[in-house]
Amino acid sequence: MTPRNRRRASRLGRLARWTDQRVGAANFVRSTLDYVFPKHFSFLFGEVALYAFVVLLGTGVFLALFYTPSEAEVIYSGTYAPLHNVAMTEAYESVVNLSLSVDAGLLFRQTHHWAALVFLGAIFVHMCRVFFTGAFRRPRELNWITGLTLMVVGIAEGFAGYSLLDDLLSGTGVRIGYAIAESIPVVGTWLAQWVWGGEYPGEGFLSRLFAVHIFLLPAIIATLIAVHLALVARPHHTQFPGPGAHERNVVGLRLWPSYATLSMGLFFLVTAVLVLMGGFLQINPVWLYGPYDVFAVSSGSQADWYFLWIQGALRLMPGVSLHLGPYTIANQFFPAVLFPGLIFAVLYAWPFLEARVTGDREEHHLLDRPRDRPVRTAIGAAAIAGLVLLLIAGSDDVFVTEFDWSIVFVRNVERVLFFVLPPVVGLLTWKVARDLSRAEPLETDGAPPEPSSPEEPETARQGAANPAADRRATAPTPDPPSTMSRIVGAVAAAGAAVLAIGNVVGRRRSGG
Amino acid sequence: MGEQRGGAGLVAVAFVISVIASVAFLIGYQTNGGTQWLSLSMATAFGALGTGLALWSRRLMPTGPAEEPRPVLVPPEEEEREAAQTFQEGRRAIQRRGLLGGLLASALGALGLGALWPAQSLGPAPRTSVRTTGWRDGVHLVDERGRRVGVDALDFGSVLTVFPEGREPTADDQVILLRIPPENLALPADRSDWTPQGYIAYSKVCTHAGCPVGLYQDVGLLLLCPCHQATFDVAQGARPVYGPAPRGLPQLPLQLLGGQLVAGGDFSGPVGPDRWRVGEAKQ
Repeated sequence: MTPRNRRRASRLGRLARWTDQRVGAANFVRSTLDYVFPKHFSFLFGEVALYAFVVLLGTGVFLALFYTPSEAEVIYSGTYAPLHNVAMTEAYESVVNLSLSVDAGLLFRQTHHWAALVFLGAIFVHMCRVFFTGAFRRPRELNWITGLTLMVVGIAEGFAGYSLLDDLLSGTGVRIGYAIAESIPVVGTWLAQWVWGGEYPGEGFLSRLFAVHIFLLPAIIATLIAVHLALVARPHHTQFPGPGAHERNVVGLRLWPSYATLSMGLFFLVTAVLVLMGGFLQINPVWLYGPYDVFAVSSGSQADWYFLWIQGALRLMPGVSLHLGPYTIANQFFPAVLFPGLIFAVLYAWPFLEARVTGDREEHHLLDRPRDRPVRTAIGAAAIAGLVLLLIAGSDDVFVTEFDWSIVFVRNVERVLFFVLPPVVGLLTWKVARDLSRAEPLETDGAPPEPSSPEEPETARQGAANPAADRRATAPTPDPPSTMSRIVGAVAAAGAAVLAIGNVVGRRRSGG
Repeated sequence: MGEQRGGAGLVAVAFVISVIASVAFLIGYQTNGGTQWLSLSMATAFGALGTGLALWSRRLMPTGPAEEPRPVLVPPEEEEREAAQTFQEGRRAIQRRGLLGGLLASALGALGLGALWPAQSLGPAPRTSVRTTGWRDGVHLVDERGRRVGVDALDFGSVLTVFPEGREPTADDQVILLRIPPENLALPADRSDWTPQGYIAYSKVCTHAGCPVGLYQDVGLLLLCPCHQATFDVAQGARPVYGPAPRGLPQLPLQLLGGQLVAGGDFSGPVGPDRWRVGEAKQ
């Protein structure tokens, strides 16, 4: 150490000591720095979601400085000639201006939109990982619940965000949102009028939506993320079974310095990909869509992917409402409120349902290989098949037009498949998983050692100080990821890519 | 050691690339370099930084595997009992003043109710306007610019969006006006005089989810909603023939008045999507 380095180190040390004498955190800091992260690529999806959220905050603050949440009518006279002399709201004008006149504005806006899609996509893939590996089991039921709530709030946040733009596409979505709110039995009409500030299109709806989008929901999401992370850290991460990994230990990388550096690297890489998408993949070019007008609509209107499945359900629903004497349970209530409500109810209840069915109420810190739980894996695969079908139904008008097919025929096929495809996929998955599990049974280390056994964490710690020694350290190497988990990961990644591409294609419109 | 130096070299290269890319971003911004340039340079700056950090971690830092014991979540019975006991002692102290506890609950409840009451400011209570529109007997049909619609406004097979004259049109007022050869119409008997010279008008608000029913297909005389493809048969009173709409589009009776089109009354049914009390008689 040079004298200069030593001086700097001692200055830092003094500052650390000064702080610690006032907060008393030395023990906490040490155990945090020693925290071990198990290594597996599928554990990164949650982190990708977290980092996408950070990008959303950064780009969102920039956008909020230029957006005007006002329905006041103005006549456009900005830099984009095709819209000259078009009457529009101040909100839409501000979006066109920040996209086309503010330096780097379009980059920030498109990056923000892509980050929102990736945020929810990563949450979904992360949820699949947790589901298929059984990571939701005791003691992590609360993580599952906070995570699901994050997804629900995230979906609402995304909808609020793209509805702010007040272009023709988002305005149509808001109109459908009103019809859905209105359909709720007994209170729907009141609810819709309270949320919108009056009968559709309401009074000052955009400024409400703005407050919800930039303050209320982000605050809830940030709080839930903090709770979610605390709940992850308390029992420490789950890990895949492998030599040396058992229920009472964690094997992997220490937070300091290896994992912190790696994870920071992941943050910058996620940001890089989002910025690249924001610059090169056009998304939601609202200046082409034109301003919203309650009397206008265009064909090829698609919601973002996290809402597209509800749009698909709305389309597949047969044309009936339920009449109860003088009252009506509206058609759109069933696919857009009841159906998603049931799906999320089952998801929230899943850890408890599974514990009840299997009778397994033990703590689990070792993950399942999906193949070793064929029934759970089959149910998950069936659900994903249903989701994919609804996403297809949500965008079928585009390819029906493209290929000149009959919408009636396509829709009828989808209606049948909605009931047939999930069970078929489920059964096939069950068989494949069971066969795989039998062909390649899990090799365990036998019973985990007693907690009191001398496990030598000290040796590992000392080894960690010296990378060369560390490589031949006594501690075991984690098992390479299993074939099945690689398949699940690859399918999930491919699915996310297809969704992203489909979203771009789906939002291309043929004009109204 | 050689491997480590190689790693360090790569990391250094990555960080240098990041610095260069950041400078390129600044130059691009100053010279109005365009979205793609800004994106590429910024993504390179972030990407190189991320790559450098990942390499640093993977190549030059301890790769473990490290191991640590997992904390035990279920406390020893004794601790659990002590926690419960501490809580119970406090609870007994509160319960000695049962009346006060009850009053406190009432006060908090009343306060909560009082604080929630202003939620009514959010919007008006649903009024009769939910069930009514701007259309009355004798109201002129006008186009987007407020011009009255004459009897020669449309050729057979064409459409126009119209509004009631003399008021700011609301979302529920929009009407799609079509002209169809009268011999092609097959309306219910009580609507036979609603279509002078083949002019026929329906509410443009879809009875499914409220989108404007904007697509007209002259072959087959179908009106189609672009949102969820609810399809209505224009000739048969806009009866739903396919898709999720639970009922037809309400029809607006038309009459001729001095060569111009006027409404012959309000719509034939409730406008817009179904809701809890959609079946209520109109006032």
